[in-house]
Amino acid sequence: MTTVEDTTAIVQAPERRVRILERPQATTGKFSWVTTVDHKKIAIMYATLALFFFCVGGIEALFIRLQLAQPNGTILSAARYNEFFTMHGTTMVFLLGMPIAAAFGNYLVPLMIGARDVAFPRLNMLGFWVFAFGGFFLYSSFALGGAPNGGWFGYAPLTSTPLANGYLPGRGTDFWTVGLIMLGIGSVATAVNFLVTILNLRAPGMTMMRMPVFVWMMLVIAFLTLFAMPPVTAALIMVFMDRNFHTNFFNAAAGGDPLMYQNLFWIFGHPEVYILILPGMGIVSEILPVFSRKPLFGYRVVVMSGIAIGFLGWGVWAHHMFASGLGPIAVSAFGLSTMLIAIPTGVKIFNWLATVWGGAVRLRTPMLFALGFIAQFTIGGLSGVMHSIVPSDTQQTDTYFVVAHFHYVLFGGLVFAVFGGFYYWWPKVFGKMLNEKMGKLNFWLMVIGFNLTFFPMHFLGFEGQPRRTYTYPSGMGWDTLNLLATIGAFIIAMSVLVFLVNVIFTARRGEKVGHDPWDARTLEWSIPSPPPEYNFAVVPVVTSLDDYWHHKYTEDDEGRLVKLPTGGAGEEEELIPAGFDPHSIHMPSPSYWPLIFAMALPIMGYGFVFKNWYLLAVGVVIAFFGLNGWAIEPSTDPEPSGTEAH
Amino acid sequence: MLDRTHRFRRAGAAAAVAIAAVTLASCGDSTGPNNKQNALRPQGTYARTILHLTLPFFWIAVVIGLGVIGGTIFVALRFREKPGEERAVTQVHGNTVLEISWTIIPAVILAVMAVPTVATIFSLAKKPTGPNVVHVTVTARQWWWEFHYDDPGNGIETANELHIPVGVPISLTLETPKCSPAPCYLDGVNHSFWIPELNGKKDVIPGREQFLKLEADKAGTYLGQCAEYCGLSHANMRMRVVAETPSDYAAWVASQLKPVATEDALKAGVDNTTWACASCHSFKVGVAGVVAPNLTHLADRTAFAGDTYLMNYDNLWKWVYDAPSRKPMGNLSQHMPNFSAAGMTQAEAQKIACFLLTNTATNPSSPPECVKS
Amino acid sequence: MAQAVVTAGSSAVAPHGGDHSHDTNTGVSNSKLGIWLFLSSEALFFGAFISTYFLYRGRDAQFLKGPTPDKLLNIPFTSVTSFVLLMSSLTMVLALAAIQRGDHRRLRIWLLATALFGATFIGGQVYEFTEFYRKGLHLGTNMFGTTFFVLTGLHGAHVTIGIIWLLLLWGRSMQGRLPAEKSEAIEIAGLYWHFVDVVWIFIFTAIYLIPTH
Repeated sequence: MTTVEDTTAIVQAPERRVRILERPQATTGKFSWVTTVDHKKIAIMYATLALFFFCVGGIEALFIRLQLAQPNGTILSAARYNEFFTMHGTTMVFLLGMPIAAAFGNYLVPLMIGARDVAFPRLNMLGFWVFAFGGFFLYSSFALGGAPNGGWFGYAPLTSTPLANGYLPGRGTDFWTVGLIMLGIGSVATAVNFLVTILNLRAPGMTMMRMPVFVWMMLVIAFLTLFAMPPVTAALIMVFMDRNFHTNFFNAAAGGDPLMYQNLFWIFGHPEVYILILPGMGIVSEILPVFSRKPLFGYRVVVMSGIAIGFLGWGVWAHHMFASGLGPIAVSAFGLSTMLIAIPTGVKIFNWLATVWGGAVRLRTPMLFALGFIAQFTIGGLSGVMHSIVPSDTQQTDTYFVVAHFHYVLFGGLVFAVFGGFYYWWPKVFGKMLNEKMGKLNFWLMVIGFNLTFFPMHFLGFEGQPRRTYTYPSGMGWDTLNLLATIGAFIIAMSVLVFLVNVIFTARRGEKVGHDPWDARTLEWSIPSPPPEYNFAVVPVVTSLDDYWHHKYTEDDEGRLVKLPTGGAGEEEELIPAGFDPHSIHMPSPSYWPLIFAMALPIMGYGFVFKNWYLLAVGVVIAFFGLNGWAIEPSTDPEPSGTEAH
Repeated sequence: MLDRTHRFRRAGAAAAVAIAAVTLASCGDSTGPNNKQNALRPQGTYARTILHLTLPFFWIAVVIGLGVIGGTIFVALRFREKPGEERAVTQVHGNTVLEISWTIIPAVILAVMAVPTVATIFSLAKKPTGPNVVHVTVTARQWWWEFHYDDPGNGIETANELHIPVGVPISLTLETPKCSPAPCYLDGVNHSFWIPELNGKKDVIPGREQFLKLEADKAGTYLGQCAEYCGLSHANMRMRVVAETPSDYAAWVASQLKPVATEDALKAGVDNTTWACASCHSFKVGVAGVVAPNLTHLADRTAFAGDTYLMNYDNLWKWVYDAPSRKPMGNLSQHMPNFSAAGMTQAEAQKIACFLLTNTATNPSSPPECVKS
Repeated sequence: MAQAVVTAGSSAVAPHGGDHSHDTNTGVSNSKLGIWLFLSSEALFFGAFISTYFLYRGRDAQFLKGPTPDKLLNIPFTSVTSFVLLMSSLTMVLALAAIQRGDHRRLRIWLLATALFGATFIGGQVYEFTEFYRKGLHLGTNMFGTTFFVLTGLHGAHVTIGIIWLLLLWGRSMQGRLPAEKSEAIEIAGLYWHFVDVVWIFIFTAIYLIPTH
């Protein structure tokens, strides 16, 4: 086809440079995954790696639970335990929670808005590789001087005291600060990408209020990410400087204030938890209508609630600091703002229930997970409201009560939504349906295991067990509930194993399905499964919310469903119009440059951690080399018109 | 067809039973174990105020939670589509009245909750005044609690065990150790002081003086521990509050202010010239150790090492002999050293333990191992 | 299936570098929207450090004996370097105007001028840092040392990245790879450069102009 050399170049140098690093061409084959800029492939990689880290974080949790199964446990030393709970939290938030949102967002957003890819495909690729290298960088710490051990929020001055005579053994915290900054770069890049994609690349007729709720949620979290990452990046830089260059940001003896760290961290940290949960709420908002054969109840209200949560989430951060002595006026204000944010959250839950009410409910696996989300997220939300009652919080915070709370919203909520999303969209991504029997087993084991693990923790908290303690004495009456929680954790592990077996089984002998096996509502179901590289043979013109559904169904005078005779495209062959030539659509070519730039980051990271300035310099040079190559390279193969982009 | 429904019903019922079992197991006695560290068993006015605020909203939460869970299960089962059925479902897009209702009603509930919440916040923040109030400065150290009684006529310096009179507010000032001599740059780390049965917790933050008050209704021992992750032995930073009748408390104060042995005698007894105990500990009544507890009345305390080991011969000599093996300390720059590695023999450690048990107890009773011919 | 009107432009993934704003829903090109969003993120980043600077003013512990701002800051000197940086924004605007009317020679001149002014500013920063260091202000000397060096240092790093960016653009223009249709590349670099300039105005005001009692 087209050649790699840029025929419009004038001088020799660019041609030589191009020859050293010829642009990859392949879009199939194993190596193509390394250089792909296709949002669908990138999404699959995100999801696979996120699932991997979910298992790693889960294994860390199993060890934690084994250690706590009985009083005075000896499975893990105090030092190892502290590394494990730190890495468990860090992994689940940064290596599962955020990447899985990027996974679903990446796959679905372009499809749901009728676009062929995201706005910046190479930036998209960068986001994934930064995640991959960042995760690797973080975990390499186990072998290179100790894993992070300051807790997933790394309070200063525990983390900011210098390495030499610091309060935490090992250089794990340096890996943590540098690693999180690295991951943050990827997150911000991805956020910009989603924002521009959603704002700019919608198909004709796809107004904002015709976008699926999932897309709206991705829009909100992209804004949240954009504005939440900077304060935490600043806080991490300050910790790094205090540790390594003896600055005084959190050194109280010199005039610094440890609470400054907490404020900066939680200004990030609270929006962060909404970044984690809103995509899950989006997934649930897509699943419930399909499996109830009814539209989402109160679409506008659900969208507005999501936006409201996004805004209000900036005003509640100090509810993580109720016990830190802010004074009664401040804690009262934040207690009230926290109560306020419960309102739009509750509104969503009621709208979801109203969606299912009166529908024709199919209790397939995705629906089970979505319903599980509603029930369990509600429990987590209610314990959250209990936390907003400030005096109660002074008994609950930093105990197993709050551990129960956030696991209910993040596991019982987000993880359940994620698994629901896996089962729902698997046929679209792979053309095969995950096994339904195994899916149901997966669900029930997970429900039982999850609740068995975390429900007792509400009580343990009230009964005096603080969090982040590597052991507890006998005679406190905590033994039975801790043992139950450990058993529950292993049941969760079994449920995840069932999922993995299901994946492998489906890959080998799964049932092949067509483009719309669930009789769904949104645009991604109108194209073949798996979708072709260009997504849409013909860019759709959208005339309403749930446009695809309205091609299949209409309503009679009483609002009841009526199937259209020519609805949808019944036959797979009809999806692609006659005479369509796939080669007429030019998709962006694969590229090496984002990978090169991404590789520079861990090199710089090791330079910072080990204070090896040569390594840092090498990393900087590679980074600029990568950026420059990226800037010069056209986004697609050069066409005669000499188009060039990002 | 019917088969699947039945199987689902059975599975659902099984799940419900399992969940109920877990819930009931979790509840047990509705107030939980009597472990002296249980926020559901308040033993003082402040903790009780908090629980009285928590419980009503806990029950509201239970009702709402059961309602939503029940609603979820209900809509899932009630509207199930039979296989092969193609129901002409009414496509409802929304309902303004419902939206307004379920926005307003939760808002009202929350507004109702807010009023006593704010009132309680302010009442708990008020510092107690009056001649009877006992003032104690609490210094949170790596990984133990230092207590200094501030009132005139007092001046006790002790560790991990806080004696208080019943029915009287105790006003605590919480801080971390000030590093010295200047210039110095480390002022400790965050901790959190928590005695659940007497009050909620309050973080201890370097550079700040925090306030917390306690009050106990009746005599007894109330346990607590550090509740802010502070490093290796965060789990081993425990403490106890011993509430006593006013006369018992007065007797305790008097006993603590009276040295059992002179400072020099104590130093000699622990072989300070060899082991330099006084470079960290204090052997003088009312004076804080440089980084370690005041030992003048060590044996009066029920437990030691961050209230993790009961005060007895066995625990004490092993601690003196090789403390890091008994409590993880890592490479903290100042901690109880491993004296065995520095050449101390077991016999020497035992001798020191015996000495301390005898000479730092108001009512000494020598353990059998220490009575030698 | 819905009949769709397929135009060559809309079948592509993303509008191309030149003026394809009409392809996007908002009317703003992807790259321009992207850089604005990124800069808003950066605004919060600097905001965090500027707030920290303000909150830590005058909080030195008793024993800290290091030099204080009033003894160190040379307002006349820094005013000059600030002015130079401000002028660099002017030259950046001139560079953009040049490429938009096809004057590539002037584009390169103004790009170099901007880079040169930026480098002069950095030179001034380097001089200032070494002066302060000589007078006893290190990163850990007192709160001023901590907040001043980190805040202005991060800003300086951003300026330096900008200078390299401008020089790379200059190089591209020299190679003939920067035709007028690709003026957006200059516009985007310009937005970054102006942002860095505006941040400096805030920093300069906060540190140099607002008196420390």
